[in-house]
Amino acid sequence: MRKNIGLKIFAGLVFAFLLVPLFIIIVTSFGTNSTIQFPIKGFTLDWYSKVFDNEAFMDSFFLSLQVAFFATLLALIIGVPAAYSLARHKVFGRNWIKSFFLSPTIVPGLVVGYAMYQFIVIKFQFPIIQGLFLGHFLICLPYVIRVVGSTIEQLDFSIEEVSWTLGCTKLQAFIKVVLPNITSGIFASFMLAFINSFNNIPVSQFLSGPGVTMLPTSLMNYIEYNYDPSVSALSVILMLGTIVLMYVIEKTLGLASIS
Amino acid sequence: MTQRRVPYLILAPGLILLILFLVLPLISTIFPTFFNGGFTFSNYTSFFLDEYNFGIFWRTIKISLIATLICVVLGVPTAYYISQSPKKWRGLLMSITLFPLLTNSVVRSFAWITILGQDGILNNALMNIGLLSKPLTMLYTEFAIVIGSVYLFLPLMVITLVGILENIDSEIMEAAETLGANRLIAFVKVILPLSVPGIIVGSILVFTGSLTAYTTPQLLGGNRNIMLATFLYQNATALGNWQGASVIALIMIVATLIVMKLFSWVAGRMDKRGEASA
Repeated sequence: MRKNIGLKIFAGLVFAFLLVPLFIIIVTSFGTNSTIQFPIKGFTLDWYSKVFDNEAFMDSFFLSLQVAFFATLLALIIGVPAAYSLARHKVFGRNWIKSFFLSPTIVPGLVVGYAMYQFIVIKFQFPIIQGLFLGHFLICLPYVIRVVGSTIEQLDFSIEEVSWTLGCTKLQAFIKVVLPNITSGIFASFMLAFINSFNNIPVSQFLSGPGVTMLPTSLMNYIEYNYDPSVSALSVILMLGTIVLMYVIEKTLGLASIS
Repeated sequence: MTQRRVPYLILAPGLILLILFLVLPLISTIFPTFFNGGFTFSNYTSFFLDEYNFGIFWRTIKISLIATLICVVLGVPTAYYISQSPKKWRGLLMSITLFPLLTNSVVRSFAWITILGQDGILNNALMNIGLLSKPLTMLYTEFAIVIGSVYLFLPLMVITLVGILENIDSEIMEAAETLGANRLIAFVKVILPLSVPGIIVGSILVFTGSLTAYTTPQLLGGNRNIMLATFLYQNATALGNWQGASVIALIMIVATLIVMKLFSWVAGRMDKRGEASA
């Protein structure tokens, strides 16, 4: 590529805009002052231990992990066969059904959470945690349908036909031939769904109660009343998590597969 | 006969869960907003006739529109730069773009609280070099929400555009330059039209995202700059006005659908125009 100074500077400034705010958070998490300061005057790791001592943060962290994991798992169990069926079978109203499966992305997250809270928690008296789990399942499902669906569409149909000819039933062919060939798609959709469920706020905002608060919500509640570097420290911990996930994705699938 | 039922049996669990936990909840919350004795639109007409409510609706549209425009202006050249970089750099640049996107949006909004606050980094820096004598009010303004939304959604725009621009032959630019266009004109006349499909998809994501965003206006907008999502939450919790919250919920859904249809329609028209001139 030939040099183009103007474009280079422009792109450089945009990348700086993307990274500098996060860099500032990292720096402020080490400050000794009791409110956030930049540049910092002294160096301490106290704010990190404050995060680990904060029960609300730790409880909500483990809750978020569990909800994201099981919601993604359910989305895979229901979504992978559905995606296969939509790609391979003659289904009446195929495009409509596919759009319907993707529809949770069209309804604003806050509205999803609000409607579920009204209907499931208030009207039918489900425990909040079940509403939370189902709401996050709705977030995860479209990722599975979309990513696994496109993986199956790219898979050569003839290898399935061969396995049928060789005596496999359709179910056996699905388990022995199709599944092993779409693991990358399943893994990519798992990662995407998990990250998006873990980071989601709007859906969880209504579906929270005593002892049932997701990490982003609990962080948000904390920020409303506090302005200290433990927020920065928790943010850094979350960013480290992001880096680990990105590294795993890059090493296994390549980041291009999720973007 | 049984063979033909198999696909529907496979699809059934997902369809049932979606109907039970998405469709029915939505219907049961939104249906009552159309009844007040008999069938009526009065809840919706009175929402839009009320100056305060309409102000919130208008602010939401305005902020989403500005954020989308800024994302296009910043995103197209950046995505073009990424798509034209050598392969080994491209991965790194894509990671830089993806990293904020995968970081929690509370964290990303919080970063701007520390930067834009009254005693924040920007104010302190500007006062230290003597450009300001007293701090500017930047946090809890519409400006802060715009910045926060751009920060939230710019990566989505860039990534969508890189996918499109990667497929553009780099020789096309060289050809334009050989034929006498300077680089900026070549960019505007060649790259920009080719990236329209990406701009449309990216704009739908940014616009509908800002339109329905909850975290950014909640953390950066303060009490005076309420947007539709924060207004819904306020109605349902602090004000205890469930009817009002449900009205806003439908307005958000319909606005999202209209924006998607409108942008796709614009894209369709632009495609046709391209065909006619070709």
